[in-house]
Amino acid sequence: MIPAPDRIFYAPASSVEIRHQGVAFIFMVAVFAIAPFVVYPLFPMKVMCFALFACAFNLLLGYGGLMSFGHAMFLGTAGYTSAHAAKVWGVPPEVALLLGTSAAALLGLVVGAIAIRRQGIYFAMITLAFAQMMYFFYLQTPFTYGEDGIQTVPRGHLFGLVDLSVPMAVYFVVLLIFIGGFLIIYRVIHSPFGQVLKTIRENEVRAISLGYDTNRYKLLAFVLSASLAGLAGATKMLVFGLASLTDVHLAMSAEVVLMTLLGGLGTIFGPVVGALIIVAMENYFAQFGPWVTVAQGSIFIGCVLAFRRGVVGEIAHRLKMSL
Amino acid sequence: MITILGVSTQALFGQLLIGLINGSFYALLSLGLALIFGLLNIINFAHGALYMMGAFCAYFLLTKAGIGYWGALVIAPLLVGIFGSAIERLMISRLYQLDHIYGLLLTFGIALVVEGLFRIEYGSTGMSYPVPASLAGGDNLGFMFLPRYRAWVIVGSLAVCLGTWFLIEKTRLGSYLRAATENPDLVRAFGINVPLMITMTYGFGVGLAAFCGVMAAPIYQVSPQMGSELIIVVFAVVVIGGMGSIMGAILTGFLLGLVEGLTKVFYPEAANTVIFILMAIVLMIRPAGLFGTQK
Repeated sequence: MIPAPDRIFYAPASSVEIRHQGVAFIFMVAVFAIAPFVVYPLFPMKVMCFALFACAFNLLLGYGGLMSFGHAMFLGTAGYTSAHAAKVWGVPPEVALLLGTSAAALLGLVVGAIAIRRQGIYFAMITLAFAQMMYFFYLQTPFTYGEDGIQTVPRGHLFGLVDLSVPMAVYFVVLLIFIGGFLIIYRVIHSPFGQVLKTIRENEVRAISLGYDTNRYKLLAFVLSASLAGLAGATKMLVFGLASLTDVHLAMSAEVVLMTLLGGLGTIFGPVVGALIIVAMENYFAQFGPWVTVAQGSIFIGCVLAFRRGVVGEIAHRLKMSL
Repeated sequence: MITILGVSTQALFGQLLIGLINGSFYALLSLGLALIFGLLNIINFAHGALYMMGAFCAYFLLTKAGIGYWGALVIAPLLVGIFGSAIERLMISRLYQLDHIYGLLLTFGIALVVEGLFRIEYGSTGMSYPVPASLAGGDNLGFMFLPRYRAWVIVGSLAVCLGTWFLIEKTRLGSYLRAATENPDLVRAFGINVPLMITMTYGFGVGLAAFCGVMAAPIYQVSPQMGSELIIVVFAVVVIGGMGSIMGAILTGFLLGLVEGLTKVFYPEAANTVIFILMAIVLMIRPAGLFGTQK
């Protein structure tokens, strides 16, 4: 249903494709590994969290053809859950991450089961409405501390060994989580499950006639995407020690759409590039206030009208590769 | 003081009135959304921003040109309608061959730009717009106090909704519109200018949003973000009603406004979320919506 502008089928990946993607992957890992020695580490950490978030979103939209306009609810739910667990219950960071991710997965199961009853544009509106409902819930419920959010959450010691208050330690933990999430998504896309998902995107009726229970596939894709978005949210909370309403707001749901669209819908590396550009834009242009919103809106309009392949999609198209 | 289930009638009818007013706004906005969706197959995410523009139009007309409420009620929808038609011609019309999601993303981008520009110029604080002198004051009905302006909002919105229904269901122009919704190619083959009709429909739909904005100006503050929260609720209303029928959109709008008002009286904590919860329930029982048909 959502066409990647060029119908590129990624799998079974040919050896040439695997080589191209392998080179790009090593380049990406190298960039993130060197980054903390070149720029202030908080920035690349933020990029990685959002990149994972966008990759999770891309799994759903770019490969499953399901447009969620409420993905912030998973990011935020995982953030609040892990923050509460780490601060109030005092659990170690690995448990907080696990709890946050599980909470997002559970929410994904409930919302997904209802939302997949409608297709296309309705699916987008339903996820949007659920996200807004969750926003009001977090606004009113006392454990989130409303407008202040859960602040100064301790990072703790990972597995009781690694002291995460050391900047480089937390940096490389985040890098590992990001790479792990990225590889899971890569694996899912190229698995038989991923193939069926793409079939559903291209022609759901035919997939049904071939005997696939498409609703189960869509639900599983939704839960997977929600869990990985949750992992991103919990990791982001760990980095900043903060879970706030920003993470559940509509603007956040829109931002992840923008990152994916700008980087390249249905490409493997697109969401990472998109996250880098958008986070950089927000970091360096934050003093211009509402102009950032105007710029984001303009990018939306520009991408939809003239640049539907996105940055990575365009590069891949020029080089005749799939990235 | 008379009470029902521990709630004074004064409070009950007060909230019901607010519910009806919100319901009028839901009805006007979801009616426009349904019209646009019927013919263009896009969900107009810019609807909230255009509603906000309508309210700002009224504010400018009053402060800059000295044109009062009644003038604004005619001029603002026209101006915003022309603006909307221009957007449709220049941008949206390029997307009809693509997946509907692109229309949603494009109009969302437009909403961001419009809201951002207004925020740059006017900040986030609201500006008040006076109730027109001819509708100032109110009447005591015995069981409650009814401000005249609020009564007008309900009556006026209802009249516009029913007028639109009449236009679409009972006139020749409306029959063209319904035919084009069913099968645009065939209608074109009969020599009817469908692209023009699409542009006019979009203009009319956003004109309704602007009309709603002018109506809302004296009740709520005129502020750049007044449309963005409202539009999500209206989306939920549209999902509940289903976009199949005009009358369905109107009825669902008023009905959900009332439900929201009642919730405010009996269980205020859920007032913000009740519509979304209802949406989930309706989706589980009747996925196509109350008045919709599953294709």
